[in-house]
Amino acid sequence: MVASSEPNAETKAAAQPDVVPRREVMYRHTVAVRLTHWINALILVLLLISGLRLFNYHPALYWGNYGYRGVPPLLAIAALEDIDTDEPVGVTTIMGHNFITTGVLGVSYDASGEPVSAAFPNWLTLSDTLAGARDVHFAAAWLLVINGLAYLLFGLFTGHFRRDLMPDAAELRPRHMLADILSHIRLRRARGAAARRYNVLQKLAYVIVIFALLPVMVLSGLTMSPAVTAAMPFLFDMFGGRQSARTIHFVVANLLVLFVFVHITQVVVTGLFNNMRSMITGRYAILPEIRK
Amino acid sequence: MSLITRRSLIAGGSAAAATLVSACDPVAISDVAWLRPILDLGQVMSMHAQRLLLAGQPLVREFTEADISPEFPPNGTERPNGMAYFRHMMSNFADFRLTVDGMVKKPLSLTLDEVKAMPSRTQITMHNCDEGWSAIGQWTGVPMGRLLGTAELLPEARYIVFHCMDEMVRTPDNSGFYYESIDLFDALHPQTIVAYGMNGKALPVAHGAPLRLRVERHVGYKHAKYVNRIEAVDRLSHIARGKGGFWEDRGYQWYAGL
Repeated sequence: MVASSEPNAETKAAAQPDVVPRREVMYRHTVAVRLTHWINALILVLLLISGLRLFNYHPALYWGNYGYRGVPPLLAIAALEDIDTDEPVGVTTIMGHNFITTGVLGVSYDASGEPVSAAFPNWLTLSDTLAGARDVHFAAAWLLVINGLAYLLFGLFTGHFRRDLMPDAAELRPRHMLADILSHIRLRRARGAAARRYNVLQKLAYVIVIFALLPVMVLSGLTMSPAVTAAMPFLFDMFGGRQSARTIHFVVANLLVLFVFVHITQVVVTGLFNNMRSMITGRYAILPEIRK
Repeated sequence: MSLITRRSLIAGGSAAAATLVSACDPVAISDVAWLRPILDLGQVMSMHAQRLLLAGQPLVREFTEADISPEFPPNGTERPNGMAYFRHMMSNFADFRLTVDGMVKKPLSLTLDEVKAMPSRTQITMHNCDEGWSAIGQWTGVPMGRLLGTAELLPEARYIVFHCMDEMVRTPDNSGFYYESIDLFDALHPQTIVAYGMNGKALPVAHGAPLRLRVERHVGYKHAKYVNRIEAVDRLSHIARGKGGFWEDRGYQWYAGL
């Protein structure tokens, strides 16, 4: 056996000249990470489309505890009617400045081209009543919390956070950060040893989403509940009131949408097939270093 | 009409040319039968979790007079239809009676003055509409615990039903009147009151004169207006469509703590 395998090994080594290193496949994502990732992705979509629907039932944001039609809003989306043409006009008001946003916000068009009054367009929101959207939003919120807690426990006890997500001191040095920003701007794919771990911007983005944005979403959501705030009135002080919490909930939801856009862009740019495979099967191919 | 008011979509501005959202709804997720148990789970889990949090019956935050919002938008019915209510308005509710009956030892029939003569509670609290807006107002009324104590609640009573004078939808069986229900956990909370005063004055017609419920740990539609009968029951299935409230009968959550 030994005698017969040796020449075989030699020919293999000879067939691979050392200028082209072997393409290596590593096991990147554990089952727990992959499972919670996809469950979370589905839940976030449900929360977003039901949340936008809920927003449409009172499409205005305020600061403080009270806020209703008539109180100056920070942001409001409305449908007005142009009395000259009888056409509805979508108007978005941000801090007192009005913008005509017909077609996107306030007034959008349905499949047959008819104008529809809706703050966010119907194609973007869950098609349901206020009660239905609340049902979906709160059921999904529970799933988010349960899935999130499972992930947090996993991350803490397996060292996933410490090993994969926490940037170390060297990575946080301005020089390293700057180099990383430049390589992102050049859309350069990580190779060799650098591809084995997340880069520092990636780590920071994940840490902010997991430990800041998602917890703020849960807490600001709970601040809108009159039962929860009866038990935890400090939530009002934490967010500056019920309407402030609603505004923060909306703004942070938009930040999460922004994160998802950047995330998906990166997935596509750095190798759609390889990235998707690693998040589905766990296996991730490392690009070899380029020899100079 | 009220159905449209609660679901109205457009802040300011009319939308005569625009279609209302509900008019072009395809099948909604909440109407899919096999998804119902999952969706209901959210409500059930919220209720159990919140009841656990609220086991000590803490009070909701009470605000100061300076915090009262300049306006308080009326929601739902702003004046009940029909001559019966109009006559009450003309006589300043002199002939009005509040009935407390059902599973009680001593059913009550009280004039407004008799209600006002009972020990009262005044509280400045935030009203939270499920649409997302909120307002702050001052309420004066009789604690539900006091009313139920006077009527001597029977041990088999589990829910308190609030029957209202505003008819939302005309139906042959009179099931279109507004009504609401809460369980004893909420009914006996110190801030659950039947209010006859708002911001230091008599409760205005738009806000439910002469009596409305304040059940502070729930969103707006639980706070029944124009209440003229309070009924103690052991189950809700025999009232109207059996879901415990006018909106609940039309898909809204019975537990509305969020």
